[in-house]
Amino acid sequence: MAKKSSKDRMNNEINAGSMADIAFLLLIFFLVTTTIAEDKGVLVKLPPWSDEPPPPLKLNSRNVYSVLVNSSNQLLVRGEPMPINKLKENTKIFIMNPNKLENMSESPTEALISIKNDRGTSYKTYLEVYNELKAAYNELWDEASQKKFGKNFEDLNKDQREQITSAIPLVISEAEATAFGEEK
Amino acid sequence: MHKFNKKVGKSKPAISTASLPDIVFMLLFFFMVVTKMRDTELKVSINTPSASELTKLEKKTLVNFIYIGRPTKKYEKEFGTKPRIQLGDKFATTDDIPLFLEKHKVTVPEAQRPSIISSLKVDSDVTMGIVGDVKTALRKAGQVKVNYSAKKRERTK
Repeated sequence: MAKKSSKDRMNNEINAGSMADIAFLLLIFFLVTTTIAEDKGVLVKLPPWSDEPPPPLKLNSRNVYSVLVNSSNQLLVRGEPMPINKLKENTKIFIMNPNKLENMSESPTEALISIKNDRGTSYKTYLEVYNELKAAYNELWDEASQKKFGKNFEDLNKDQREQITSAIPLVISEAEATAFGEEK
Repeated sequence: MHKFNKKVGKSKPAISTASLPDIVFMLLFFFMVVTKMRDTELKVSINTPSASELTKLEKKTLVNFIYIGRPTKKYEKEFGTKPRIQLGDKFATTDDIPLFLEKHKVTVPEAQRPSIISSLKVDSDVTMGIVGDVKTALRKAGQVKVNYSAKKRERTK
Protein backbone atom coordinates (compact mmCIF):
# COMPACT_ATOMS: atom_id res chain seq x y z
CA MET A 1 0.00 0.00 0.00
CA ALA A 2 2.63 2.47 1.08
CA LYS A 3 4.89 1.37 -1.72
CA LYS A 4 2.22 1.95 -4.27
CA SER A 5 1.48 5.47 -3.16
CA SER A 6 5.14 6.48 -3.28
CA LYS A 7 5.33 5.19 -6.80
CA ASP A 8 2.33 7.29 -7.61
CA ARG A 9 4.06 10.35 -6.30
CA MET A 10 7.11 9.73 -8.45
CA ASN A 11 4.93 9.87 -11.50
CA ASN A 12 3.39 13.15 -10.50
CA GLU A 13 4.60 16.27 -12.27
CA ILE A 14 4.83 19.65 -10.69
CA ASN A 15 1.79 21.61 -11.65
CA ALA A 16 3.01 24.54 -13.69
CA GLY A 17 -0.41 26.09 -13.97
CA SER A 18 0.21 28.57 -11.18
CA MET A 19 3.41 29.79 -12.80
CA ALA A 20 1.39 32.21 -14.91
CA ASP A 21 -0.24 33.60 -11.78
CA ILE A 22 3.07 34.19 -10.10
CA ALA A 23 4.46 35.84 -13.21
CA PHE A 24 1.36 38.02 -13.46
CA LEU A 25 1.79 39.09 -9.89
CA LEU A 26 5.36 40.19 -10.55
CA LEU A 27 4.30 41.82 -13.80
CA ILE A 28 1.64 43.89 -12.10
CA PHE A 29 4.10 44.90 -9.41
CA PHE A 30 6.52 46.23 -12.00
CA LEU A 31 3.74 47.86 -13.98
CA VAL A 32 2.72 49.81 -10.92
CA THR A 33 6.19 50.85 -9.82
CA THR A 34 7.39 51.78 -13.30
CA THR A 35 7.85 55.42 -14.08
CA ILE A 36 9.07 55.70 -17.61
CA ALA A 37 11.37 58.55 -16.78
CA GLU A 38 11.30 61.63 -18.96
CA ASP A 39 15.01 62.10 -18.68
CA LYS A 40 15.42 64.56 -21.45
CA GLY A 41 16.41 68.14 -21.34
CA VAL A 42 18.25 71.05 -22.81
CA LEU A 43 21.96 70.36 -22.50
CA VAL A 44 23.99 73.38 -21.53
CA LYS A 45 27.66 73.87 -20.83
CA LEU A 46 28.24 76.46 -18.15
CA PRO A 47 31.38 78.57 -18.24
CA PRO A 48 33.92 77.52 -15.61
CA TRP A 49 34.12 79.73 -12.57
CA SER A 50 37.00 82.10 -12.06
CA ASP A 51 37.40 84.49 -9.19
CA GLU A 52 39.01 87.17 -11.28
CA PRO A 53 36.76 89.14 -13.54
CA PRO A 54 37.31 88.10 -17.16
CA PRO A 55 39.50 90.45 -19.19
CA PRO A 56 37.38 92.89 -21.15
CA LEU A 57 36.89 91.43 -24.58
CA LYS A 58 37.30 93.66 -27.54
CA LEU A 59 34.20 92.74 -29.43
CA ASN A 60 32.81 94.49 -32.38
CA SER A 61 29.31 95.35 -31.30
CA ARG A 62 27.90 94.26 -34.65
CA ASN A 63 28.84 90.69 -33.76
CA VAL A 64 27.03 90.60 -30.44
CA TYR A 65 23.40 89.58 -30.27
CA SER A 66 22.29 90.59 -26.84
CA VAL A 67 19.09 89.20 -25.43
CA LEU A 68 17.81 90.69 -22.21
CA VAL A 69 14.92 89.13 -20.33
CA ASN A 70 13.42 91.29 -17.62
CA SER A 71 11.54 90.33 -14.50
CA SER A 72 8.17 90.60 -16.24
CA ASN A 73 9.40 88.12 -18.84
CA GLN A 74 9.73 90.59 -21.70
CA LEU A 75 12.51 90.40 -24.21
CA LEU A 76 14.79 93.18 -25.28
CA VAL A 77 16.90 92.12 -28.24
CA ARG A 78 19.62 94.55 -29.28
CA GLY A 79 17.71 97.38 -27.68
CA GLU A 80 14.40 96.55 -29.30
CA PRO A 81 11.49 94.69 -27.70
CA MET A 82 10.72 91.43 -29.46
CA PRO A 83 8.06 88.75 -29.01
CA ILE A 84 9.54 85.37 -28.24
CA ASN A 85 8.11 83.69 -31.31
CA LYS A 86 10.18 85.93 -33.58
CA LEU A 87 13.41 85.27 -31.72
CA LYS A 88 14.50 82.18 -33.61
CA GLU A 89 14.00 83.65 -37.09
CA ASN A 90 15.79 86.87 -36.19
CA THR A 91 18.65 84.99 -34.58
CA LYS A 92 19.14 82.94 -37.72
CA ILE A 93 19.20 86.06 -39.86
CA PHE A 94 21.64 87.69 -37.48
CA ILE A 95 24.07 84.78 -37.54
CA MET A 96 24.07 84.16 -41.26
CA ASN A 97 23.57 87.78 -42.33
CA PRO A 98 22.37 86.81 -45.82
CA ASN A 99 22.07 90.41 -47.02
CA LYS A 100 25.48 91.40 -45.68
CA LEU A 101 24.06 94.16 -43.53
CA GLU A 102 26.36 96.49 -41.66
CA ASN A 103 24.79 95.90 -38.26
CA MET A 104 24.78 92.10 -38.25
CA SER A 105 27.51 89.53 -37.73
CA GLU A 106 30.51 89.64 -40.04
CA SER A 107 30.45 85.86 -40.33
CA PRO A 108 28.86 82.98 -38.42
CA THR A 109 32.19 82.27 -36.70
CA GLU A 110 32.28 85.78 -35.29
CA ALA A 111 28.72 85.82 -34.03
CA LEU A 112 28.14 85.73 -30.29
CA ILE A 113 24.86 85.46 -28.44
CA SER A 114 24.62 86.96 -25.02
CA ILE A 115 21.77 86.35 -22.59
CA LYS A 116 21.12 88.34 -19.51
CA ASN A 117 18.22 87.89 -17.15
CA ASP A 118 16.90 89.33 -13.93
CA ARG A 119 16.57 87.33 -10.77
CA GLY A 120 12.83 87.74 -11.15
CA THR A 121 12.68 86.24 -14.65
CA SER A 122 10.63 83.08 -14.65
CA TYR A 123 12.52 79.89 -15.34
CA LYS A 124 9.99 78.96 -17.98
CA THR A 125 10.71 82.06 -20.05
CA TYR A 126 14.44 81.69 -19.59
CA LEU A 127 14.39 78.12 -20.82
CA GLU A 128 12.16 79.08 -23.71
CA VAL A 129 14.61 81.78 -24.79
CA TYR A 130 17.52 79.39 -24.47
CA ASN A 131 15.60 76.80 -26.39
CA GLU A 132 14.79 79.20 -29.24
CA LEU A 133 18.43 80.22 -29.55
CA LYS A 134 19.51 76.60 -29.60
CA ALA A 135 16.80 75.84 -32.14
CA ALA A 136 18.15 78.60 -34.37
CA TYR A 137 21.57 76.94 -34.34
CA ASN A 138 20.13 73.47 -34.85
CA GLU A 139 18.19 74.67 -37.87
CA LEU A 140 21.24 76.37 -39.32
CA TRP A 141 23.25 73.20 -38.82
CA ASP A 142 20.54 71.17 -40.48
CA GLU A 143 20.46 73.51 -43.45
CA ALA A 144 24.24 73.52 -43.77
CA SER A 145 24.51 69.75 -43.57
CA GLN A 146 21.71 69.31 -46.11
CA LYS A 147 23.60 71.56 -48.47
CA LYS A 148 26.96 69.94 -47.90
CA PHE A 149 26.19 66.28 -47.33
CA GLY A 150 22.54 65.93 -48.29
CA LYS A 151 21.73 64.54 -44.86
CA ASN A 152 20.25 65.82 -41.65
CA PHE A 153 22.71 66.99 -39.02
CA GLU A 154 21.67 64.15 -36.73
CA ASP A 155 22.69 61.52 -39.26
CA LEU A 156 26.19 62.83 -39.80
CA ASN A 157 29.25 61.18 -38.37
CA LYS A 158 31.55 62.91 -35.92
CA ASP A 159 33.94 64.35 -38.49
CA GLN A 160 31.20 65.81 -40.61
CA ARG A 161 29.53 67.28 -37.56
CA GLU A 162 32.72 68.97 -36.59
CA GLN A 163 33.01 70.52 -40.02
CA ILE A 164 29.54 71.99 -39.67
CA THR A 165 29.89 73.20 -36.10
CA SER A 166 33.24 74.80 -36.76
CA ALA A 167 31.72 76.76 -39.62
CA ILE A 168 28.80 77.85 -37.42
CA PRO A 169 30.00 77.59 -33.82
CA LEU A 170 27.45 77.86 -31.06
CA VAL A 171 28.53 80.58 -28.65
CA ILE A 172 25.98 81.56 -26.04
CA SER A 173 27.34 83.54 -23.15
CA GLU A 174 25.39 84.25 -20.04
CA ALA A 175 25.91 87.30 -17.91
CA GLU A 176 25.35 87.36 -14.16
CA ALA A 177 21.72 87.98 -13.37
CA THR A 178 20.77 91.41 -12.17
CA ALA A 179 19.15 91.48 -8.77
CA PHE A 180 15.75 92.62 -9.75
CA GLY A 181 12.31 91.29 -8.95
CA GLU A 182 13.52 88.74 -6.40
CA GLU A 183 10.94 86.26 -5.23
CA LYS A 184 8.92 87.27 -2.22
CA MET B 1 -18.35 20.68 -50.68
CA HIS B 2 -17.76 17.82 -48.37
CA LYS B 3 -14.40 19.33 -47.56
CA PHE B 4 -16.17 21.52 -45.06
CA ASN B 5 -18.30 18.80 -43.66
CA LYS B 6 -15.26 17.13 -42.25
CA LYS B 7 -15.34 19.48 -39.30
CA VAL B 8 -18.46 17.97 -37.96
CA GLY B 9 -17.83 15.42 -35.32
CA LYS B 10 -14.37 16.64 -34.43
CA SER B 11 -14.10 17.44 -30.74
CA LYS B 12 -13.14 20.95 -29.75
CA PRO B 13 -9.52 20.99 -28.65
CA ALA B 14 -8.79 23.08 -25.58
CA ILE B 15 -6.46 26.01 -26.18
CA SER B 16 -3.16 25.20 -24.64
CA THR B 17 -2.17 27.67 -21.96
CA ALA B 18 1.26 26.21 -21.55
CA SER B 19 2.92 29.15 -23.31
CA LEU B 20 1.08 31.72 -21.23
CA PRO B 21 3.80 31.88 -18.56
CA ASP B 22 6.38 32.47 -21.28
CA ILE B 23 4.46 35.39 -22.68
CA VAL B 24 3.92 36.87 -19.26
CA PHE B 25 7.58 36.42 -18.38
CA MET B 26 8.53 38.20 -21.54
CA LEU B 27 6.39 41.18 -20.53
CA LEU B 28 7.76 40.93 -17.03
CA PHE B 29 11.36 41.12 -18.18
CA PHE B 30 10.53 44.05 -20.42
CA PHE B 31 9.15 46.01 -17.51
CA MET B 32 11.97 44.96 -15.22
CA VAL B 33 14.47 46.34 -17.68
CA VAL B 34 12.74 49.65 -18.36
CA THR B 35 11.80 50.26 -14.75
CA LYS B 36 13.75 52.78 -12.84
CA MET B 37 12.82 52.52 -9.21
CA ARG B 38 11.92 55.86 -7.77
CA ASP B 39 14.66 56.07 -5.21
CA THR B 40 13.94 59.53 -3.95
CA GLU B 41 10.71 60.90 -2.68
CA LEU B 42 9.97 64.27 -4.23
CA LYS B 43 9.44 66.84 -1.52
CA VAL B 44 9.00 69.72 -3.91
CA SER B 45 6.38 69.92 -6.62
CA ILE B 46 7.91 69.96 -10.06
CA ASN B 47 6.25 70.57 -13.36
CA THR B 48 9.03 70.94 -15.90
CA PRO B 49 8.57 73.36 -18.80
CA SER B 50 8.54 72.14 -22.38
CA ALA B 51 11.26 72.61 -24.94
CA SER B 52 12.10 71.31 -28.39
CA GLU B 53 15.89 71.00 -28.45
CA LEU B 54 16.25 68.06 -26.12
CA THR B 55 19.14 65.76 -25.43
CA LYS B 56 18.55 62.39 -23.90
CA LEU B 57 20.44 61.47 -20.76
CA GLU B 58 22.10 58.24 -21.73
CA LYS B 59 23.97 56.85 -18.74
CA LYS B 60 21.91 57.05 -15.58
CA THR B 61 24.91 56.43 -13.35
CA LEU B 62 26.62 59.56 -14.66
CA VAL B 63 23.73 61.81 -13.76
CA ASN B 64 22.95 63.54 -10.52
CA PHE B 65 19.65 65.23 -9.97
CA ILE B 66 18.97 68.59 -8.39
CA TYR B 67 15.34 69.48 -7.80
CA ILE B 68 14.07 73.01 -7.41
CA GLY B 69 10.46 73.83 -6.67
CA ARG B 70 7.99 74.80 -4.02
CA PRO B 71 7.56 72.35 -1.13
CA THR B 72 4.58 70.07 -1.52
CA LYS B 73 1.50 70.40 0.71
CA LYS B 74 2.92 67.95 3.20
CA TYR B 75 6.04 70.03 3.83
CA GLU B 76 4.50 73.47 3.45
CA LYS B 77 4.15 74.00 7.18
CA GLU B 78 7.74 73.15 7.93
CA PHE B 79 9.49 74.71 4.97
CA GLY B 80 7.17 77.43 3.74
CA THR B 81 6.07 78.11 0.19
CA LYS B 82 9.21 79.68 -1.20
CA PRO B 83 11.06 77.65 -3.82
CA ARG B 84 13.56 75.27 -2.26
CA ILE B 85 16.34 73.00 -3.44
CA GLN B 86 16.14 69.28 -2.90
CA LEU B 87 19.28 67.16 -3.09
CA GLY B 88 18.86 63.44 -2.76
CA ASP B 89 15.89 63.08 -0.45
CA LYS B 90 16.24 66.17 1.69
CA PHE B 91 15.90 69.90 1.47
CA ALA B 92 19.17 71.72 1.03
CA THR B 93 20.76 75.06 0.34
CA THR B 94 23.32 76.02 -2.27
CA ASP B 95 26.07 75.43 0.31
CA ASP B 96 25.28 71.71 0.29
CA ILE B 97 25.82 71.36 -3.44
CA PRO B 98 29.62 70.79 -3.48
CA LEU B 99 29.38 67.95 -0.96
CA PHE B 100 26.45 66.43 -2.85
CA LEU B 101 28.41 66.51 -6.12
CA GLU B 102 31.47 65.04 -4.43
CA LYS B 103 29.41 62.21 -2.93
CA HIS B 104 28.09 61.34 -6.34
CA LYS B 105 31.50 61.68 -7.96
CA VAL B 106 33.12 58.99 -5.82
CA THR B 107 30.60 56.44 -7.07
CA VAL B 108 31.72 57.00 -10.66
CA PRO B 109 34.90 55.46 -12.10
CA GLU B 110 37.62 58.04 -12.52
CA ALA B 111 37.78 57.82 -16.30
CA GLN B 112 34.12 58.75 -16.65
CA ARG B 113 34.11 61.64 -14.22
CA PRO B 114 34.45 64.40 -16.83
CA SER B 115 31.19 63.30 -18.42
CA ILE B 116 29.08 63.65 -15.29
CA ILE B 117 25.97 65.66 -15.98
CA SER B 118 23.83 67.49 -13.47
CA SER B 119 20.19 67.28 -14.32
CA LEU B 120 18.26 70.28 -13.04
CA LYS B 121 14.62 69.46 -12.55
CA VAL B 122 13.08 72.84 -12.05
CA ASP B 123 9.46 73.84 -11.77
CA SER B 124 8.33 76.25 -14.48
CA ASP B 125 6.99 78.78 -11.95
CA VAL B 126 10.30 79.23 -10.19
CA THR B 127 12.17 82.46 -10.84
CA MET B 128 15.75 82.60 -12.06
CA GLY B 129 17.12 83.89 -8.77
CA ILE B 130 17.40 80.51 -7.10
CA VAL B 131 18.31 78.79 -10.38
CA GLY B 132 21.10 81.33 -10.89
CA ASP B 133 22.41 80.63 -7.40
CA VAL B 134 22.49 76.92 -8.13
CA LYS B 135 24.24 77.57 -11.44
CA THR B 136 26.88 79.63 -9.68
CA ALA B 137 27.37 76.90 -7.07
CA LEU B 138 27.75 74.30 -9.81
CA ARG B 139 30.29 76.40 -11.65
CA LYS B 140 32.27 76.96 -8.47
CA ALA B 141 32.28 73.22 -7.88
CA GLY B 142 33.57 72.63 -11.40
CA GLN B 143 30.40 70.94 -12.61
CA VAL B 144 29.77 72.65 -15.94
CA LYS B 145 27.67 70.09 -17.79
CA VAL B 146 24.07 70.81 -17.00
CA ASN B 147 20.85 69.47 -18.39
CA TYR B 148 17.67 71.48 -17.89
CA SER B 149 15.02 68.81 -17.67
CA ALA B 150 12.09 69.51 -19.96
CA LYS B 151 9.16 67.91 -21.70
CA LYS B 152 9.18 67.33 -25.43
CA ARG B 153 7.32 69.68 -27.71
CA GLU B 154 7.49 70.49 -31.39
CA ARG B 155 9.80 73.17 -32.68
CA THR B 156 7.99 76.42 -33.39
CA LYS B 157 7.65 77.40 -37.01
